[in-house]
Amino acid sequence: MMKSFIFSFCLITTTCGSLRADWLNFRGPSGSGISTECAELTTKFTPESITWKIPLPGRGLGSPVVIGEKIIITASSGPEQTQLHVLCFSTKDGSQFWERKFWATGRTMCHEKTCVAAPTPASDGKTVFALFSSNDLVALDLEGNIKWMRGLTLDYPNASNSIGLSSSPIVTGDTLVVQIENDSESFAAGLDTASGLNRWKIDRPKAANWTSPVLVTVAATEIAALQSSKGLLGVQPTTGSSIFEYKFGADTIASSVASGDTIYIPSNGLTAVKATSDGAEVTKIWNEGSQRPATASPILIGDKIFTINGAGVLTCGNAPNGERLWRTRLTGPFSASPVAAVSQGPPHLYIVNEKGLLQCVDLSGAEGSVVSQLDLQETILATPSLSDNALYLRSDKHLWRIR
Amino acid sequence: MKRKTFCIITGVLTFGAMLPAEIASVEEAVAIIQKIAPEGAGSTEAAASWQSLVKLNEEAIVPLLKSMDHSGPVAKNWIRSAVEVIFSRITKESPAKLPLADIEAFLHDQKHPSQARKLAFDLIASVDAAKATELKPKFLNDPSPELRLGAVEVLMGEGQALIDQGKTAEATTVLQSALNSARDPAQIKEIAKQLKEKLNQTLDLPTHFGFLMQWQMAGPFDNTGRSGFNTVFGPEKAPSIDLNATFPGKVMDVKWRPYSTTDDYGMVDFNQPYNPLKEVTGYAYTTFESASDQEAELRLGCKNAWKIWWNGAFVFGRDEYHRGMRIDQYRLPIQLKKGSNTILVKVCQDEQEKDWTKEWQFQIRVCDSSGTAILSTDRKPTR
Repeated sequence: MMKSFIFSFCLITTTCGSLRADWLNFRGPSGSGISTECAELTTKFTPESITWKIPLPGRGLGSPVVIGEKIIITASSGPEQTQLHVLCFSTKDGSQFWERKFWATGRTMCHEKTCVAAPTPASDGKTVFALFSSNDLVALDLEGNIKWMRGLTLDYPNASNSIGLSSSPIVTGDTLVVQIENDSESFAAGLDTASGLNRWKIDRPKAANWTSPVLVTVAATEIAALQSSKGLLGVQPTTGSSIFEYKFGADTIASSVASGDTIYIPSNGLTAVKATSDGAEVTKIWNEGSQRPATASPILIGDKIFTINGAGVLTCGNAPNGERLWRTRLTGPFSASPVAAVSQGPPHLYIVNEKGLLQCVDLSGAEGSVVSQLDLQETILATPSLSDNALYLRSDKHLWRIR
Repeated sequence: MKRKTFCIITGVLTFGAMLPAEIASVEEAVAIIQKIAPEGAGSTEAAASWQSLVKLNEEAIVPLLKSMDHSGPVAKNWIRSAVEVIFSRITKESPAKLPLADIEAFLHDQKHPSQARKLAFDLIASVDAAKATELKPKFLNDPSPELRLGAVEVLMGEGQALIDQGKTAEATTVLQSALNSARDPAQIKEIAKQLKEKLNQTLDLPTHFGFLMQWQMAGPFDNTGRSGFNTVFGPEKAPSIDLNATFPGKVMDVKWRPYSTTDDYGMVDFNQPYNPLKEVTGYAYTTFESASDQEAELRLGCKNAWKIWWNGAFVFGRDEYHRGMRIDQYRLPIQLKKGSNTILVKVCQDEQEKDWTKEWQFQIRVCDSSGTAILSTDRKPTR
């Protein structure tokens, strides 16, 4: 079983996204949560696994973005989190390259568990797009030069969520896709990455939504899939025109994961669908009510789909048919999503719980087993990032590099 | 070296700076940033201007700070970043050249924007912590809420130390002074807690905040299927409010009825007169006597869908339910006219049944941009 599992990783990892070490957005290459460039990442944590730890100037739930030897991360600070930070550090030693600070131009109110720096930035490798819950959106090059800046609440005054927004943008081609979805003025937009101008803007369901868009590839064409309580809408990234739709409702916290034209949607538990490019409704492959992700988004590793429920139970399902293969209890609760290091060796899943307990799960056996833990002793709600054989984790106070 | 004239909309500032050859003029660069239009229009041109500005030397710092006087929120952020980039570079290369005295003069000039002055303070603090410590308490009654926050924080620390030492009389004096100056709701709550619980003081927080406490209420009207938000019911139909009017309500005709709150934080609770109801809409109306014509803010906290009219004109509305509420959640600029002003608030309750969806309420105050209460000239005693 192990051999076939590893073999299927090799097949999948050639299609699931970039092979480069950069981690450019929420859950990395294609939003998969998988790195193929971490063969030497430790699976046996020790205190020495922490190669450096640096303080951060403010709160944040957004994951670090890693581009070459630079880590870019956002934070928010001040009594009402009106100070927004975009920071750039060295992967080598955590030294700071630059910091840019901005005043929030939109509302900063949010639930105490989240914060204004909740979305993960996105990048095309040359420019970083940092979105905040205040709807401030800043584009900077890797040297910290500002390319453009938007105050989306200034443009669309009722576009906010008093609990806070957290959807992370994605880049596809030269379009940045953002979901600003809430009960009042709910929209998604595609912005020109060079100028920040709207390419398109569409109304979205008037309902709070914290999920992030994912990219789906149908017939070699990238489609941005926008999840909401109504379901999933696939749009053409440069025009916003509708390509496909799934209308059976979906979760508003855990995001979908895609592999090619197959999408695993947190919907009525977990539902796998095949997307189309001809405007038709998607084709349902399977639905499994027992594989219901809570806050953490599902992750697809080879031909296995993994979910974590509200009790902290990790469930492994057979991706082609949804059959549950095994379950194991992790130490929860979790706000962060899992990530995985997949290479020639046994695959490992990494997940950190809300109390800062980093757990490494060996997936190569008949059932998953937690093989190592590292207590970082701080509240951690942000999903880790993986790059160049290292894990990057952030709390409200610190950024760690672990390998 | 050249000398350039740095023009802004209402005045002319002059400074000497090493100007890179590619900059046609600094005033032009700032003007391009200030012209950024809605939906990001002009950002590409602003980026080119920003690139020029960040190459300037230390003499550009204060003029750039001053240019924020006439800049919108997005332009302020561009300029702020330019200032910080220049300041950071000069700090590394030749810190003795930093124009700290001029930055401090800018900091003390209260006609400049609050955020820009706080930025000036932070720049000073980043290179001279002792100076920042010396300056911090001086802003206790400053119009800048950002600067006032730090000064109040100092007094709060002193008050706590006095409490710890058992010096209750001195602590009361210090914390009362802190409360008088505090504008940040979180600080006010913390100081009030100390004064009430540890020092047995009686406080009039509604007056400190300027919460509106006396109202007329009309309701309930329908909000089935959340339709009430966009339905024009009787109270918002009339060109002016007639407190003797009768309106068709959700289940029967309704009339205005007086309501007053004594809540420390000015909570106006529709559930009190009408009992907890779902899928309903209520209106609250009051008047505000202003001593003069002046700019002001309505500051609202509300977790229900709401709309507000000031002197009969619609100000803003929001159809979000039960996502959270706090003091000063929404800041709405208004123009007070001397004499009587009217406020009409519409608050909709939805269909959700969970415990945290029962509230049907709001809190509203009138204040200036620093958060200092503006009181109606006919304000009644709180209790």
